[in-house]
Amino acid sequence: MSEPALLTIDRAERVFGGGRTIFGMPKPAVHAVQDVSLEVRKGETLGVVGESGCGKSTLARLIVGLDRPTGGSITLDGRDIVQDADKNPRKLARKVQYVFQDPVSSLNPRKTVRTILTAPLIHLIGLNRQGQERRLEELMEAVNLTPEFLDRYPHEISGGQAQRIGIARALAADPEVIVLDEPVSALDVSVQAQVLNILDDLKTRFGLTYVFISHDLSVVESVSDRVAVMYFGRIAEIGPAREVFRNPNHPYTHLLLQSAPAPGRRSLVPEDANTELPDPYNPPPGCAFFARCPNATGRCGESRPALEAKSGEATHLAACYHPHGGKEE
Amino acid sequence: MTEAAVSPAPKARATARRPDSIRLLLNNSLATGGFFILVTMALVALAAPFLPLADPDVTAPANRLMPPFSPDHFLGTDALGRDILSRIVWGTRVSLAVGLSATVIAAFFGSLIGLVAGYAAGRVDSVLMRGIDMIMAFPYILLALAIVAVLGPGLLNALYAIAVVNIPFFARSIRGITLGLSRREFVDAARLSGKSNAQILFIEVLPNVLPVIIITMSTTIGWMILETAGLSFLGLGAQPPQADLGSMLGEGRKILFTAPHVSVVPGLMILVLVMSINLFGDGVRDVLDPRLKSGVLTRPVARTTVDRKDASSGLKPRADAILDVQDLRTEFHLGGTVYKAAGGVDLHLAQGECLGVVGESGSGKSVSAMSIMGLVPSPPGRIVGGAAFLGNEDLFSASDERIRQLRGADVSHVFQDPLSTLHPLFTIGDQLTEAILAHRQVSGSEAMKIAEDLLNLVRIPNPSERLKVYPHELSGGMRQRICIAMALANDARVMIADEPTTALDVTVQAQILSLMNTLRHERDAAILFITHDFGVVSAICDRVAVMYAGKVVETGATQEILNSPAHPYTAKLIDCVPVLGEPERRLDAIEGRPPMVNNLPQGCAFADRCPKAQADCRAAPIPVTEFAEGRSVRCLHPVKEGEHV
Repeated sequence: MSEPALLTIDRAERVFGGGRTIFGMPKPAVHAVQDVSLEVRKGETLGVVGESGCGKSTLARLIVGLDRPTGGSITLDGRDIVQDADKNPRKLARKVQYVFQDPVSSLNPRKTVRTILTAPLIHLIGLNRQGQERRLEELMEAVNLTPEFLDRYPHEISGGQAQRIGIARALAADPEVIVLDEPVSALDVSVQAQVLNILDDLKTRFGLTYVFISHDLSVVESVSDRVAVMYFGRIAEIGPAREVFRNPNHPYTHLLLQSAPAPGRRSLVPEDANTELPDPYNPPPGCAFFARCPNATGRCGESRPALEAKSGEATHLAACYHPHGGKEE
Repeated sequence: MTEAAVSPAPKARATARRPDSIRLLLNNSLATGGFFILVTMALVALAAPFLPLADPDVTAPANRLMPPFSPDHFLGTDALGRDILSRIVWGTRVSLAVGLSATVIAAFFGSLIGLVAGYAAGRVDSVLMRGIDMIMAFPYILLALAIVAVLGPGLLNALYAIAVVNIPFFARSIRGITLGLSRREFVDAARLSGKSNAQILFIEVLPNVLPVIIITMSTTIGWMILETAGLSFLGLGAQPPQADLGSMLGEGRKILFTAPHVSVVPGLMILVLVMSINLFGDGVRDVLDPRLKSGVLTRPVARTTVDRKDASSGLKPRADAILDVQDLRTEFHLGGTVYKAAGGVDLHLAQGECLGVVGESGSGKSVSAMSIMGLVPSPPGRIVGGAAFLGNEDLFSASDERIRQLRGADVSHVFQDPLSTLHPLFTIGDQLTEAILAHRQVSGSEAMKIAEDLLNLVRIPNPSERLKVYPHELSGGMRQRICIAMALANDARVMIADEPTTALDVTVQAQILSLMNTLRHERDAAILFITHDFGVVSAICDRVAVMYAGKVVETGATQEILNSPAHPYTAKLIDCVPVLGEPERRLDAIEGRPPMVNNLPQGCAFADRCPKAQADCRAAPIPVTEFAEGRSVRCLHPVKEGEHV
């Protein structure tokens, strides 16, 4: 931990629903994100992996201020993001930007690319007309598109091009952190590689910090410096990408790696294992992975394991009593 | 399908081909008719002061109740001897003006309320919409009467009344649309671009709502004119002597039997006016409504049209194949353009074999698979050549009844999204037994028994209970298991699986893949497995066919293709995917994009993106060459083993 953290998330929590009805009956609540603490250092890429419903997109929306946490804090360079999001959203948007999963639906169908890209230039950094033109040219060059695309409408461009426009928009205000929420999962594989290469290129060119959210392990592995694996709203395992993928501590991470299809590999997973997530309205008292876990013991069902270093590496943490391939407690 | 077929390079500006709304409108003859009648009437009404008409309000008791076609009075006169033609023209002027302004007022306030309510949501929405509900709770004519009673009779007050009564129609429909739009990603994106709520609402959301406002307006004007006429008829709108279609009708009512023309003429005028507005309004709606534009109204027929021009009778099925598709050509005719989605596809499956069809979106893999059982929507799709043999039977020349028998029995399908393939309102048991009863003569309870066995087969725990649940009560993986059970319900010989695991999580995907693999061995069923993922292919497929721009470019055993791809496209496709455990690998992106299938080049479709392309690649269509046992490639300069492209 040589560099100080740029983005710090401390025990963030987001509960949907809850409260009471007018008759005083409690309403059901879902904990989408619970007790998530992590740090992102300047210039690194933090990958966040998990399956649908694990809370990774909610976490992303919390970081950019599109949603507010119900507990915990998120700070960027020492400034509270939650306060900024309420009081000065433009200031926050200058520092943290977001790339959406669906490139086409994140562009307004009735606006040209030029109008879409100019908006952050006017509202966030207040460039004059000349400055806008120059910046637009830079942006289009950065995402490897010809300037002719500026006058097109979103339905006249392909998914890969639309995603590059989405990236250009995020870049427009020259942010420090970009949160990428499944930026390539809606794209064809050949286009996916183009976009990943552009992202890689931009990161080194502009010194960006990425939070890269994806369900695709191989994509996350190829882009991340560090990885956080989420399950049922909590972090199951976090650590240096190389370390987590080579030597997974949490049995869930191990299962994910086993399940990911890879060219030249036949599946190794039993066909009738339980894949059900626990009931979100009625979360289990112990480890959420308890019912699916091959290593589970009675203790796992009763109390929740804390996120701790399991393999000797201080930076590699897992929330498990019986880590995979590690020493028993 | 054809969505990837957007222009490849900025050669031809796409803007030039944007469908012209006015031309679309003129194609609709009813709407055009309505439009011309409306324009004529509006022009005449506007020109009323300049036309040589008698003064509409001057009474002439001597000339009272003259019949139509009288000299000087073309349409006759009314009870006070006023010229009906002149009164009709002036009355239309009043009615149109009132209808139009009432619509504009209602549209403005209604849309504003709808936009704010839909965007703000929460408490603001509740308060605004409950207010709207209160207006709607009154019978509208009673409400209008009450408003006029308070404000006093008069045309302007009637206008207000009608506008107020119609605000809910706008508010409700606009609120619904806005509510959906405000949750779209582009609104979040605008917020992150630094736009304020007002800017987002009026600059981002409003343009997307505008077509709906216009559609609602165009269908409301006619209704407004009728309501104005109604109030005037009751004596609450236009006051004598002012002419207005409704009041003219009211005046004529008393003498309906002695002088019918006094009421019939304004009545007909109202009919023609409102009809023309409604026809035109419907036309406007059809043009502006994107759902109608995309062809919701053209219902595809039950089976793809087969229109084979060439003599495909010469084709013979392979001896060892259970399904043999030869030279399949499927086209989409949209407007004047022909999209050759499948341009000569050859695929064959042996008993119990799993063939993976790999390709990117727009490569024609789904269209080819759907063509086999005639599931490509017609219009616009049609099969124009080739043959698909199931055993020895050519499916394209089979009767519709025969195809119906085979679908879901000998050949079954598993689709990508199990939530949209299962009917949300029927239980799993109902849907499984339906699949069984469609093909077998068994009783209901026997079918239930078979359904239970099927759930056991796809490893669903507690099957007798699960038969009673609805699709939304199951997880995505469970739903896909149900779909597989349904596909196996009638001992299918061939299962066509179109990206069956793409919508699933990785751990679930892995299980579904091993389940399918086990089942095909147990049941000896062949699988045509469509996917874009080489990892998935490795998990289940014996052989692979790689498709590009509507053609199969390479086939062979899975392992051989992965180890030594022969077509440059296959090689590049494998290279551009990140592989788990090899994070250092530089992703080798394929530059450019596939050609449009409505504008395919003469030679190899991949030539423009291919590092090995030479002049001969572009000269003529590339034949398929078989270069090893079970390996064939559509390339003149295939990649040699160990070579890097």
